[in-house]
Amino acid sequence: MDLSALPKAAQLVLPGEPASRWRPGLGRWPDTARALHSEVFASADEAGGAACALALALDDMRGLDKERLEEKAVLWVQDDLSRRRNGVPYRPGLPRELRHRLIHVAARKVEDALFALEEGMRCRDLACVIGELAGNPRALDLTATRRLSLAAEQHGVPLFLIRHDAQRDTSSARMRWQVRSAASPPPRWNPAAPGQPSWHAALFRARAYPPGEWILRDDGTSLAAERPAEQEARSPDHGDLAATAGARSLAAL
Amino acid sequence: MAIWLQRLALDRWRHSEGCARGEGADALPLALITETAHGPRVDAANDAGAEAGAAPGMMLADARTLCPSLKAVPGDPAGDLAFLERLTVWAQRWGPWSAMDAPDGLLVDVTAVAHLFGGEEALLEDAHARFAAQGLAARAAIAPTAGAAWALAHYAPAGTILGAGEDGAARLSTLPVAALRLDGDVLLVLRRLGLKRLGDLLGIEDEGAGRDAIQRRFRNRRSPSANPLVRMDQLLGRVPEPLLPVVAVEAPLVQRRLLEPIRHRSLLDRVLEDLAEDMVRTLEARGEGARRLELGMWRVDGEVAVRRLELAAATRDASHICRLFAARLDDVDAGFGIEMLRLLASWTEPLALAQADLDAVAEEHGTSLAACIDRLTVRLGPKAVRRPVPRASHVPERAQTWQSPLEPEKTSQDLLDLHYRPLKLLETPEQIAVLYASPDGYPRRFRWRGGVHEVVRVEGPERIAPEWWREKGSARLRDYYRIEDGEGRRYWIYRAGLAGDGRGGMPDWYLQGLFA
Repeated sequence: MDLSALPKAAQLVLPGEPASRWRPGLGRWPDTARALHSEVFASADEAGGAACALALALDDMRGLDKERLEEKAVLWVQDDLSRRRNGVPYRPGLPRELRHRLIHVAARKVEDALFALEEGMRCRDLACVIGELAGNPRALDLTATRRLSLAAEQHGVPLFLIRHDAQRDTSSARMRWQVRSAASPPPRWNPAAPGQPSWHAALFRARAYPPGEWILRDDGTSLAAERPAEQEARSPDHGDLAATAGARSLAAL
Repeated sequence: MAIWLQRLALDRWRHSEGCARGEGADALPLALITETAHGPRVDAANDAGAEAGAAPGMMLADARTLCPSLKAVPGDPAGDLAFLERLTVWAQRWGPWSAMDAPDGLLVDVTAVAHLFGGEEALLEDAHARFAAQGLAARAAIAPTAGAAWALAHYAPAGTILGAGEDGAARLSTLPVAALRLDGDVLLVLRRLGLKRLGDLLGIEDEGAGRDAIQRRFRNRRSPSANPLVRMDQLLGRVPEPLLPVVAVEAPLVQRRLLEPIRHRSLLDRVLEDLAEDMVRTLEARGEGARRLELGMWRVDGEVAVRRLELAAATRDASHICRLFAARLDDVDAGFGIEMLRLLASWTEPLALAQADLDAVAEEHGTSLAACIDRLTVRLGPKAVRRPVPRASHVPERAQTWQSPLEPEKTSQDLLDLHYRPLKLLETPEQIAVLYASPDGYPRRFRWRGGVHEVVRVEGPERIAPEWWREKGSARLRDYYRIEDGEGRRYWIYRAGLAGDGRGGMPDWYLQGLFA
């Protein structure tokens, strides 16, 4: 019996998706294209971009860390403007598995930040490199992004570059996302409070995958992705209403 | 080793005039003077001036009566002191530690470094030759204590060496009591007592009650320079003098003295590679790795350039050291050439020999974490590369502090995850304009950075009181709200104070954190 003809587990997770579409946990299978250089475009007035990049990085790491027991450090590089506009990482708010592994680099100039990113990717003891750059600096041209891509692919250290308030300029990033915060699902005990963080992520350019839009959510053990349309169809959650409505139409309530 | 520059001020003046001793402007009688309240006073006189009768300490008017043709030039004590300071750093070429001995001397700790120069005699010869080449009259002496070296440099033939095993008291007994570095009035008292040589003083001390007698006479003199007994004890090494290191720690030190001064970067890099390799061999023999390195470059014209380097982890990798120094050598001014280089590992840590894993090295490429952090630190500065660590404080911005990345984290009580904390914290909270139903109620809408945010969901308040033990009494408490706006953006905002808490007017609102 030819086992390779059977659908893989990942293909069974989302039955409606063709196998070639992006889905969470792609790093887990060696034959799928693992994007080592991703760019996340987001507004500097929210932390959705950084959080989504972290979630993507965690999703990428969870696939690999099972095999290796050692915990590698994570390098987080920020330039001056992004630090002022978007703040610095706050340890009590970081995901639990990253808190003790973070090394923060506060670069004053964009050139220094790019140098730090490249040095980080050359380091074999880093799990991934996260960068934050604000705007479209002159130093970050196509050549610079190409350097970053090559360094990431040569050494196998993934780079997630968050671009705050940036235009979609030319870049050699393997995956480019546009991210904004999405309304969170109401928590169970206090529906008036903000719930589990959700992000609306649009993959607008990727080398190996067609573009698409997802609502992403990190539930602590894995990254959940659903299509925005599915979410709209399912929400609002009328569970309680349906019970009280009985056989009547919901519109009658 | 003590070095006495006998005519420092005059030598400096002559250097500025550009003439040799006894020639040109120096052939005529001349005195360096300072203005005092009672008129100009002679600081130093050249050979011709001294012959004519001018002596240091004389009033210029008195000297002029002896020699009407005496030329007066204002002295430059501040310049002399700055020059001496530079010279003291430069004198570290003979030892890792040196001290100024104002106004005209310096002390160098040459413990265990004499072999680098071929013995103590050769070391003194080298020192004399170096100072002579600079046109400075100097007398140097080596002794086990700084006081003895000073006495020998000033009052013994130049180049005297007092070995560690010799009887210091016997060798020094012929020196005058002025060799004890005492103040003028104390010397006067001793002269009136008939104590002219160190031997006289030692003789009285040995007579049993003699020491007590001197002790009584100088009982209220605490300063060493006013008490001959303390000075004598320092001279003989009976009491420690803070000048001396308590334990002679030998820092790994390698140096290259160059036949021909170098002025070009490529040659400098070559010498640096050699030095780094020497240093690695030295460290390997001691089973240590360097944490801090100092590269000193001695120039022909008496300047020294020093570059320091601090490493994130102990290392013995010559190429890594070279690479890090290369970034620091761009702005070195070689002047007329660099004639000596020295690499000193001023901070080392034990680093055991490790077996190179051939397979792993072939597989793994890239740099190690310590090397990566070193490279980042050298370019961005030590403050730029840090790690967040928790701190025992409940005030949000104080609950996190930063430390260097490879330092072990201090043990601390883990935070209780009772409350949500934002992913990002703004460096300073930004003030927002908030619309609310009642002053102590939920916020409804706020304006931040020019945009209006409708508050759709809110949780709070989480009340955080100020730390009264370190803040002023007027510090206001904070009520934190976790909110989500109409577009799903989640923020952490607080109201500083309560309406009517007696600590100011209506409370302001601030946005401090951005939630994931």
